[in-house]
Amino acid sequence: MVKSKVFIAVIVLECLLLLAMLGHGQMRYHFHDHAVLVAKQNLVSQLGLTDFALWTEARYTRHPSQTDFFSAFQDFPAALEHFPAGAIIAPPQHFYGETD
Amino acid sequence: MIKHLKIIEYALSSLLRRKSKIIAIVFAYSFTVATLASVLFLTHALKTEANFVLQGVPDLIVQKVMGGRHELIPLEYAQKIKAIHGVSEVKPRFWGYHFDALIEVNYTLMGAGGATKELRLLDGRLPENEFECAVGAGVAALRGSDYSGELILVNSRNTGQLFEVTGIFESDSNLLTNDLVVLTDKAVVDFFGFPEGKATDFAVTVRNSNEVQTVAVKIKKMFPDTRPITKSELTRTYDMVFNWRSGMMLTVFCAAIIALCIMAWDKATGISAEEKQEIGILKAIGWDTGDVLVLKFWEGVIVSLSSFMTGLVLSYIHVFYFDAFILSTILKGWSVLFPDFQLIPSVNVLHVLAMFFLTVVPYIASTVIPTWKTAVADPESVMRG
Repeated sequence: MVKSKVFIAVIVLECLLLLAMLGHGQMRYHFHDHAVLVAKQNLVSQLGLTDFALWTEARYTRHPSQTDFFSAFQDFPAALEHFPAGAIIAPPQHFYGETD
Repeated sequence: MIKHLKIIEYALSSLLRRKSKIIAIVFAYSFTVATLASVLFLTHALKTEANFVLQGVPDLIVQKVMGGRHELIPLEYAQKIKAIHGVSEVKPRFWGYHFDALIEVNYTLMGAGGATKELRLLDGRLPENEFECAVGAGVAALRGSDYSGELILVNSRNTGQLFEVTGIFESDSNLLTNDLVVLTDKAVVDFFGFPEGKATDFAVTVRNSNEVQTVAVKIKKMFPDTRPITKSELTRTYDMVFNWRSGMMLTVFCAAIIALCIMAWDKATGISAEEKQEIGILKAIGWDTGDVLVLKFWEGVIVSLSSFMTGLVLSYIHVFYFDAFILSTILKGWSVLFPDFQLIPSVNVLHVLAMFFLTVVPYIASTVIPTWKTAVADPESVMRG
């Protein structure tokens, strides 16, 4: 029954590898990442930042939380989206009828 | 237990006889799981980071809106907003965008306001006069400011302005500061040529977080031409931006799921003549229907579990050890200054369970069900085809 043992060993090894990586992630969080996150939070509050600097091609992709209500249609209503980032950004909240 | 081990042994031998087909299935299956898991891990990690980091944003951002567009806000609004019960501070923010024609990239220029001069993620210090600036790592790398220690930008009067770089934000903060050029408030006003007595917007601090919405309503009533954006709206934007259901991510998700469905459908609609013959022989030599079903169940488990685990391990390594370098190119779009960022490992167990039930269970079902149809038939007729 060599093959079955090899199969079980491979699955167990993959599970252990995944657990080890999750454990490493947790350790990294406690010893490094948490302090970085707190520092980032401090940076955000000190400089008054509001958005991630992910997409710099247009103001509505650089600051999705600060844009006009029809910012996805910059030129005229129902204009086609220019930027690939627009495909990742979800429609504005009011499209879902959400209110705070 | 021993019986099951022996059945697994037989199942493995049987699968190895169809080596090339099984390798193709395992490869496609692992790739599908790795794609799905990478998308979910990446978006979850970004959402978790946004939720934590953006807790530091102001309680309210008040913008002036004119003709449906963001306008500069008069500073005299600040006094009246500060008089609203519950408001503890109103800070004008001076910021804007600058297109650098030299390398065709957009920067965000921001006034430092009253920020403390030393920040943990800033290598150096914030600017103290209008001839100094602090820049993000992306800007520093593009303009070579880390070597030269200076940055020249063309202002609104089309005049080159030289700034001494007093600090560079560390790469740990790239996600927030990559395209940032921090100047003093006065320097931003002068650079953009803002009219006297106007700011880009206000950052409002409210004493009691439960009163933020009430204060927002009062501001809107007092100044109908303004748009107050609450902290919860702001953080929710990022929840939605990185929501796995949205846009491109959904497309990736659907494509992967559809590919898996086609594979499962192909298996479920029938089994090959070779497999039918094998089932017939097994029944003829004394295996009962239950044993054949257990065999096919284990075949399904072997293929799907090993593919699922391989896909999961690969996606974790891709996202958290190689900073999702494949998905980043999709995320990047047309962004010239896309930041290099290291994601903080964060896995939602529910996502993993959902993926398990969406991929492993249908595969096993699609292996067992057609076998059951064949296994209940007469072995002789099955062998004859």
